[in-house]
Amino acid sequence: YLIDHAAFRSRCCIIVSRAQYSTVYDHNEKTFDKILIANRGEIACRVMKTCKKMGIKTVAVHSDVDANAVHVKMADEAVCVGPAPTSKSYLNMDAIMNAIRQTGAQAVHPGYGFLSENKEFAKRLAAEGVSFIGPDTHAIQAMGDKIESKLIAKAAKVNTIPGFDGVVKDADEAVRIANEIGYPVMIKASAGGGGKGMRIAWNDEETREGFRFSSQEAASSFGDDRLLIEKFIDNPRHIEIQVLADKHGNALWLNERECSIQRRNQKVVEEAPSTFLDPETRRAMGEQAVSLAKAVNYSSAGTVEFLVDSRKNFYFLEMNTRLQVEHPITECITGLDLVQQMIRIAKGFPLQHTQAEIPINGWAIESRVYAEDPYKSFGLPSIGRLSQYQEPLNLHNVRVDSGIEEGSDISIYYDPMISKLVTYGATRAEALKKMEDALDNYVIRGVTHNIPLLREIIVHPRFISGDISTKFLPEVYPEGFKGHQLTATGRKELLATAASLFVAAQLRAQKFLGDLRVSNTQQERRSWELCVELEKGVHMLGVSRSGATYTVEIDGDKLEVSSDWNLASPLLTVTLNGIHRTLQCLSRNAAGEISLQYLGTTFKLRVLSKLAAALSVHMPEKVPEDTSSILRSPMPGTVVAVSVKAGDTVAEGQEICVIEAMKMQNSMTAAKTAKVRSVHCKPGETVGEGDLLVELE
Amino acid sequence: MAALAAVRRCRVLLHGAVKSSFRGSPSQPRSYSAGRLSVQERIERKRQAALVGGGQKRIDAQHGRGKLTARERVALLLDPDSFVEYDAFVEHRCSDFGMEADHNKFPGDSVVTGQGRINGRLVYVFSQDFTVFGGSLSGAHAQKICKIMDQAMLVGAPVIGLNDSGGARIQEGVESLAGYADIFLRNVMASGVVPQISLIMGPCAGGAVYSPALTDFTFMVKDTSYLFITGPDVVKSVTNEDVTQEELGGAKTHTAVSGVAHKAFENDIDALLNLREFFNFLPLSNKDPSPVTECHDPSDRLVPGLDTLVPLESTKAYDMLDVIHSIVDERDFFEIMPNYAKNIVVGFARMNGRTVGIVGNQPKVASGCLDINSSVKGARFVRFCDAFNVPIITFVDVPGFLPGTAQEYGGIIRHGAKLLYAFAEATVPKITIITRKAYGGAYDVMSSKHLRGDVNYAWPSAEVAVMGAKGAVQIIFRGKNNQADAEAEYVEKFANPFPAAVRGFVDDIVVPSTTRRRICRDLEVLATKKQTNPWKKHANVPLAGKKGRGRR
Repeated sequence: YLIDHAAFRSRCCIIVSRAQYSTVYDHNEKTFDKILIANRGEIACRVMKTCKKMGIKTVAVHSDVDANAVHVKMADEAVCVGPAPTSKSYLNMDAIMNAIRQTGAQAVHPGYGFLSENKEFAKRLAAEGVSFIGPDTHAIQAMGDKIESKLIAKAAKVNTIPGFDGVVKDADEAVRIANEIGYPVMIKASAGGGGKGMRIAWNDEETREGFRFSSQEAASSFGDDRLLIEKFIDNPRHIEIQVLADKHGNALWLNERECSIQRRNQKVVEEAPSTFLDPETRRAMGEQAVSLAKAVNYSSAGTVEFLVDSRKNFYFLEMNTRLQVEHPITECITGLDLVQQMIRIAKGFPLQHTQAEIPINGWAIESRVYAEDPYKSFGLPSIGRLSQYQEPLNLHNVRVDSGIEEGSDISIYYDPMISKLVTYGATRAEALKKMEDALDNYVIRGVTHNIPLLREIIVHPRFISGDISTKFLPEVYPEGFKGHQLTATGRKELLATAASLFVAAQLRAQKFLGDLRVSNTQQERRSWELCVELEKGVHMLGVSRSGATYTVEIDGDKLEVSSDWNLASPLLTVTLNGIHRTLQCLSRNAAGEISLQYLGTTFKLRVLSKLAAALSVHMPEKVPEDTSSILRSPMPGTVVAVSVKAGDTVAEGQEICVIEAMKMQNSMTAAKTAKVRSVHCKPGETVGEGDLLVELE
Repeated sequence: MAALAAVRRCRVLLHGAVKSSFRGSPSQPRSYSAGRLSVQERIERKRQAALVGGGQKRIDAQHGRGKLTARERVALLLDPDSFVEYDAFVEHRCSDFGMEADHNKFPGDSVVTGQGRINGRLVYVFSQDFTVFGGSLSGAHAQKICKIMDQAMLVGAPVIGLNDSGGARIQEGVESLAGYADIFLRNVMASGVVPQISLIMGPCAGGAVYSPALTDFTFMVKDTSYLFITGPDVVKSVTNEDVTQEELGGAKTHTAVSGVAHKAFENDIDALLNLREFFNFLPLSNKDPSPVTECHDPSDRLVPGLDTLVPLESTKAYDMLDVIHSIVDERDFFEIMPNYAKNIVVGFARMNGRTVGIVGNQPKVASGCLDINSSVKGARFVRFCDAFNVPIITFVDVPGFLPGTAQEYGGIIRHGAKLLYAFAEATVPKITIITRKAYGGAYDVMSSKHLRGDVNYAWPSAEVAVMGAKGAVQIIFRGKNNQADAEAEYVEKFANPFPAAVRGFVDDIVVPSTTRRRICRDLEVLATKKQTNPWKKHANVPLAGKKGRGRR
């Protein structure tokens, strides 16, 4: 049944290590011979993984830039469905329908995003007798429309948020309705999901602005600019219930996922179960979720999202009629393979379990590893080629769902997610500790990534105590994320590691093999006086060596640093006074500059000999570029609108242009009041990170 | 005559030494009766005087310009306590224009010379001292440099020059010019015998520039160094051009526009530390093998990313540096001339610890075509490697030579020939990997099998042909209608590695991810390669002609 596993294992990224799902694959239960996966990246790989276990042939679709992608290599067959832009490839229904006919696929798994909640697509499949692995069109339609879904939820006795049950016509009406409901309000796309086309407004002005942005985003993301407004629940938690329903009227709830850690309404860290729910609330939420599913004759896997306030009141938010990004944590604690269940259900098999058989085993945490810069608004997309890439799969109880490999490109065309890093433990503390190790051992080079932020979140006291809400990030980092703040001990550990690494590299530079012309009269050094710069502080260190162990003296303290000092490995495993730490050496150059990733954050250090340090006072200061009068693109993307032209006078904070990347629109504003000298971009143009957009005088 | 001059010099030298010993203590009676003690004292004083060069005030001024002193530079460049100084007592012998006065005599004159170690390996160094007469070159100064160069040749060790000199010692006239010529001659004699490196750390103007130009590598310090034949004032008076020193001969100009310098560094410390790193790549002389250092990077490491690196469309660019970085040891690549003629990439790296020279076409810039500047850049590098036993690894993705009047008038034929010549002449191990295009004459040039390539590989994406499909079809099927079909036929036939492989022009078609492993193994095999060219007085490499303008 397993199709050439060995061939793809070396490249394949979903490697199941121990604690994931252990469902029995009953090969007598005949489902489909061939499934087409109408998606890309990690979710396409994830679906194929289960297909292979079930003995089902897989068909990948891909855009032309994805021809070498991992999901294409994993599949038994692959069909190109168009050029890079998603509207011409992964959203191109005609091409995908052709691919289905061409390959004779009997069913389609849509993954998430793209066509997963597109009723038109589901209809066209049904018309050709191809099974859609998901709910039927009726449920997609009913739940896909926020207004309709709310009405159905109300009827099914599901708690809902007070708000306006209709489409908002224009900005003026938005303001009127907002005032009726009372601020704060949430403006969101009727067709939306995933935080796109969603804005919160606290006053009339913000309502107007939010209306404009949301409708633009909604139009570009979903081709539907209808908006609605509802009461915004302040300080809520985002907790969702996974449901599973078959075509025979059976439905189960598979416990909750806590997804409160978000930035710009997109999830960053998820866990299952939630620290916040007691069994009663869990059951109440689960039962409401199941009754909603039953109300729309739901079949397949689905997710009912709730907002939960501090008094454990919960309100229905929306239902996602697809497999969620964060489904692995539910698989970890329940032992079910959700993709397998979806395939079974689509074929018409009844559920295998009763509600009483659904366990909560242990704890699972998921970190979404993104190619984005966490220092800019908790994450603005970044692009590039993964020059080095190594998943921490050497660790137990770590699951990495990814669709990329070393050498892959993270492009502006698609979601910047690198992978979903899932850790599992018998307890939450165990899972969290594992997550620390996994993040420290995760090697990603060539693109900026958000591991610094993830690594900080999971060790934050508020997170550890479970005191979180969807406002966690802005509350904990009101000034924006600035990376790990070193403690006195941490600083010493970092300094000692850098100094030892420097000495190890210096010593190796003297090791010429078989060279008879290296001096015999020079004694090998045993001690060094070094000067290490870190975060504008300068530290004098004494280092002495005994074998592979260095003793570093910093301000009267002594640290023993030992390691194998492998200078080729991106990972640097050291023992610091008996404590094991995994750091990463990102770069090291002749001028003594060393970049070390320590506790997730990258620190730049400079190690110099005492002599070089003393002489460096004479080196001229280089004058950095003045940045207040130039506006550069903070990320790669497309220019949507330019609101100024050369000669205009702009006020500080005034919008200059709008950049769209990964379907998010970002308004770029003037840093000072000035006249516009020149404009270097025009609407429709693609810009790279750091490209000059506008110059002010 | 020469003997006579030597005697005269000797006398001047003695005279100077005696006189200046009284500097700073005029009240002391002129007496030699103190005997040994007095000599001891004089030695000590001279040594002390030599250590402070032009004095504290000038040292402060030097520091104020963001520059280190000659001795500080030597101390940073060499291993601690390894410097052995020569000629600290040498003084200039000029007696005109008041130069004979005590206060115009400085033990060691305006240059510090000697030998020392970089990571334990021998190197000869001279470091011009700007605090003494602006580092100007006197006869004595030149003589000191010549002495260490002669000795470096005798024992076979590289010479590093740290240049910081206002030019000729005008007071000395022709003596100074003779000094330059003596150095030039030695630069030429040492060329190909020991590596010679120049690091420009201040002014270097007039005839002085030709010494760095004759050495193998010229590095510069940004903002504080410049190289030119004539300064901005003369330029203004002769050609009426307004130009600053920086624009005329700064690091940026020479590393990006003229191609005179091979690399620039941020400041003195940065430059010297980088020079230490660079030095580790070099063999000590033409009699020494390419050095091998301890290596932690497994020689059989696979590089999976390479299997998807070359884009499917043959017109799409990729970065050859990605190929190089992922194949060489520890991603450590010392690029030479990174900002000049960027359509070719050259530099040093290691494979399983052994230094290799890397040459690669860069598809990211001008499609990686060969033009005047890239040919000259490549040729010079290849000849260095060949002279000093450094194996050459060539990555080929070249659509051909750049067409156009600018190139033809500039002499692309002559300049392209230099690269061809260099590869053909080289007898060091030569390994070539065709990653994608190898079109036309450029295929032949880029270390092809026909030019005695030892191991030539093609990746599956390789296309070895006379030209691209479109152009070829227009000629082969001229006047016929079905161009698309013809193109498809051509692509099927030629846009793949087979035509070359069936003829044995490539030794194997390799999976890109295995390239590192293959190269490491081949280098091991080729380590004992012995090949000699026919006897000749010297070859006649097509040198002549002016170079084209820089590709920015």
